[in-house]
Amino acid sequence: MRIGVILRPALVLLLLALVLKPAWFAPVFAPLVPEGTPVIYARSSLLSLSLSHLGLVAAATTAATLVAVTLAILVTRQAGEAFRPLSRTITNLGQTFPPVAVLALAVPALGFGAGPTLVALFLYGLLPIFENAVTGLSTLPPTTMEAARGIGLNRWQRLVQVEVPLALPVMLTGIRLSVVISLGTATIGSTVAARTLGEVIIAGLLTSNTAYVVQGGLIVGLFAVLIYDALVQLEAHLVRRAGG
Amino acid sequence: MSPPGLLFATLGLAALAAPFMTLAANRIVAGEGVMAWAVTAPAVTLPGVAVVMAGLLLGLPSEWSRLRFAGSVLGLSGLLWLLMQGAPRLLEGAGDYARVSPAIGFWCLLVILMLLMADSLARMAPGPLARGALLAAVMGALALILWSGVLSQLSILQEYASRKAAFADAVLRHLALAFGSLATAAAIGFPLGILCHRQIRLRGTILPVLSFFQTIPSLAMFGLMIPMLGWVGDRVPGAQAIGIAGIGFAPAFLALVLYSLLPVVGNTVTGLASAPPAALEAARGMGMTPRQRLLRVELPLGLPVILTGLRVVLVQNVGLAVIAGLIGGGGFGTFVFQGLNQTATDLILLGALPTVALAVASAVMMDILVELARPRSGRAG
Amino acid sequence: MIEIDQITKTYNGVSVVDAVTMTVETGTITVIVGTSGSGKTTLLRMINRLEEPSSGEVRINGESTRATKPHLLRRRIGYAIQGHGLFPHHTVARNIGAVPKLLNWPKDRIRTRVDELLALFSMDPEQFRDRFPAELSGGQQQRVGVARALASRPDLLLMDEPFGALDPIIRARAQDDLRRIQKALGSTIMLVTHDMEEAIRLGDRVAVMDSGRLVQHGTPAEIIAHPATTFVADMVGDVERPLRLLSLVPLSEVVEDGAATGDGLPADASLRDALSSCLWTGRTAVPVERDGAVIGRVTLDAIRARAELRA
Repeated sequence: MRIGVILRPALVLLLLALVLKPAWFAPVFAPLVPEGTPVIYARSSLLSLSLSHLGLVAAATTAATLVAVTLAILVTRQAGEAFRPLSRTITNLGQTFPPVAVLALAVPALGFGAGPTLVALFLYGLLPIFENAVTGLSTLPPTTMEAARGIGLNRWQRLVQVEVPLALPVMLTGIRLSVVISLGTATIGSTVAARTLGEVIIAGLLTSNTAYVVQGGLIVGLFAVLIYDALVQLEAHLVRRAGG
Repeated sequence: MSPPGLLFATLGLAALAAPFMTLAANRIVAGEGVMAWAVTAPAVTLPGVAVVMAGLLLGLPSEWSRLRFAGSVLGLSGLLWLLMQGAPRLLEGAGDYARVSPAIGFWCLLVILMLLMADSLARMAPGPLARGALLAAVMGALALILWSGVLSQLSILQEYASRKAAFADAVLRHLALAFGSLATAAAIGFPLGILCHRQIRLRGTILPVLSFFQTIPSLAMFGLMIPMLGWVGDRVPGAQAIGIAGIGFAPAFLALVLYSLLPVVGNTVTGLASAPPAALEAARGMGMTPRQRLLRVELPLGLPVILTGLRVVLVQNVGLAVIAGLIGGGGFGTFVFQGLNQTATDLILLGALPTVALAVASAVMMDILVELARPRSGRAG
Repeated sequence: MIEIDQITKTYNGVSVVDAVTMTVETGTITVIVGTSGSGKTTLLRMINRLEEPSSGEVRINGESTRATKPHLLRRRIGYAIQGHGLFPHHTVARNIGAVPKLLNWPKDRIRTRVDELLALFSMDPEQFRDRFPAELSGGQQQRVGVARALASRPDLLLMDEPFGALDPIIRARAQDDLRRIQKALGSTIMLVTHDMEEAIRLGDRVAVMDSGRLVQHGTPAEIIAHPATTFVADMVGDVERPLRLLSLVPLSEVVEDGAATGDGLPADASLRDALSSCLWTGRTAVPVERDGAVIGRVTLDAIRARAELRA
């Protein structure tokens, strides 16, 4: 825990420097490439790539969260009961589909660019959020639910005031899983011409420029680790608040 | 009336109104859609379409799961019939480079009918052995269809025909990557998990480090392996001789192993901790040594959870091994990324479809193993 | 004979068990009773060295427990705990045969022993041998737990709140069973409980622990009649002391000649049962029976005489 207090801000600073002032790192990466080759990726600004990358993930995750939570609420109601086994099958089977394959399969249907990436991120992001939301909503303490009925809350009030708030930490876990997968899949999205940080790595792989690969890998890796960590902290905060 | 059945029937009928197959002048250009009833003479297509519709309608009654299952099989055979009758007919006189492939309508119907099959199976709740038999039957049917050559005129199989050797190579390489990294991760992960189970302090250090690895996006991880292994390959004598180099198999393999460690170690720790404390206390009280407690109580009780970890790893690695195609590691990814580069849809499918099939088959197989490992008492109650 | 000699356990400078000395005769049941935190469980766990004593020693038949490796020592000592601790993935037979297997008994000998024990605990071997713990009732699980502890004919049986998880009716039956089986096998048993009722009902000797110290060790009658400290008196409960005393005396001790009306009681029932029967049916005496034949009666006056403390 105590290491985190120092490490976290240090990593944030490192990430900001890598994205905003890439030129600072030229001496660090220089030994990785033969002399004369470019060390710092300059074909487009790392800041704009980062924003585009994060924007794709944010848009896909927001849409996936809205749809997945709505579906989860529907199948945990009496009326949606008949779809429960089917939804479980779809989430189980769907999650065995490799994210890269989903991305690749989106291309024939949607062409190249941000479109197929967004759709692949959205579709794949749905599954963990939906699965966790269903778990959260269907494992509420029965006594609490009984009490909520007992004090006269109607179905809508129970859902909004009791069920969703109690299931929130579990749902957030699903969102976190989904974000981590999306960050990774968006990186590969640059192979289908989406503008993401993967572009830097791919450019490095295509031109055998190890400096690009390391630069891109570091930035993407740091984003993923820091975002993951922030979401973990948020969950822990919510759980603490719910617990005491 | 089964609500999902109704949904499937509605969607399925809508999908029948979408192009069923595409005819293109060559393998790159976009083709023209052909409706299901127009792929060949109506005398042949109409019975096929009727069979597909009948299959969808059999999915409607909610009580008879066997009937719904039969409906899905019927519908799928209808699809196969239309495909194998349509392909040669459409190619007739269309030119030497012409390609036919299944179109959006076919894929939607395929997914819908497979969901109908899955939904009816979920209600029948077959045991592990029945599921194994079913998996074998599906694989066998698929192999028979491909081997018989009835679909060989489809574009994707033409891509295959011109790459037979490369495909066989990719299969072996993909399996080596996925299963080899699984075996390596298990060989490292089990002892590490047992150690973490015994020592809480170690657990507190190892598990966060492993979950850190798990968080790093796959492309970054594969990329970062390149300079590291390149360095090792250059500096350590003999390393290159055994295949350790910056690009190719080694970095892909190492990246997969790193990704696999968290599920293996984490689930080993969870599994070993799942033995009831009272049973462990009793085991200690009756004079079992730590080793006996591990082998006779903790491991057998934790086996389902440990195997679940291996399932996660296997499915994950089958998918991630695709990325190896980007760094010269081989496998199905080679076709996927070649296809993306050439905008050749069928080549993409030639890489992606076997990956998906392998991932799903691995998941089903591992689920069966997990269930068999569960102690009888647990299954009864 | 088990000799516990000045045994002490300290955690971070605090004595959880403080210089306890006591002797347990072979073939008897000693019940260690105390509130939670009194050190009774720690005392028990030091006997089979699940906890190592800070000082002092335990001798079983004259031999120090330190002379044997802990896991080998434990194979000679039966151990039954609250919530039974059965292995959920093993059948009843494998559970009961666990220690004999550790001791490398031949298969057929283990099998015979398992059937013998199941029969002893009134469970049909044919029916129960191959069941899993999850398929048994709570009372059956507990019996299998005790049978497992007895399987290798241990020198000593340690029991830590063995009946704690059972409901009152099943618990009473389990206690009677234990008494009967202990008599039949002549086992030496040390049992820990927080329930004085259970201690009085089961124990040949009762040891009362308070804050790590052994405050009184004697027969149930002595404990009830002459509590050594106010703590012991509190545990016994002043109001119920006469009733507890009566529960220790069988009718056969006070039976007298004479007639009485109404339903009779068996000679091994306690005076407490007789008193209860008198009050309930408004009689002043109840007939006493042995093997179905009336052998005399017990009167309210006789009961009253035994309930008064002979200080």
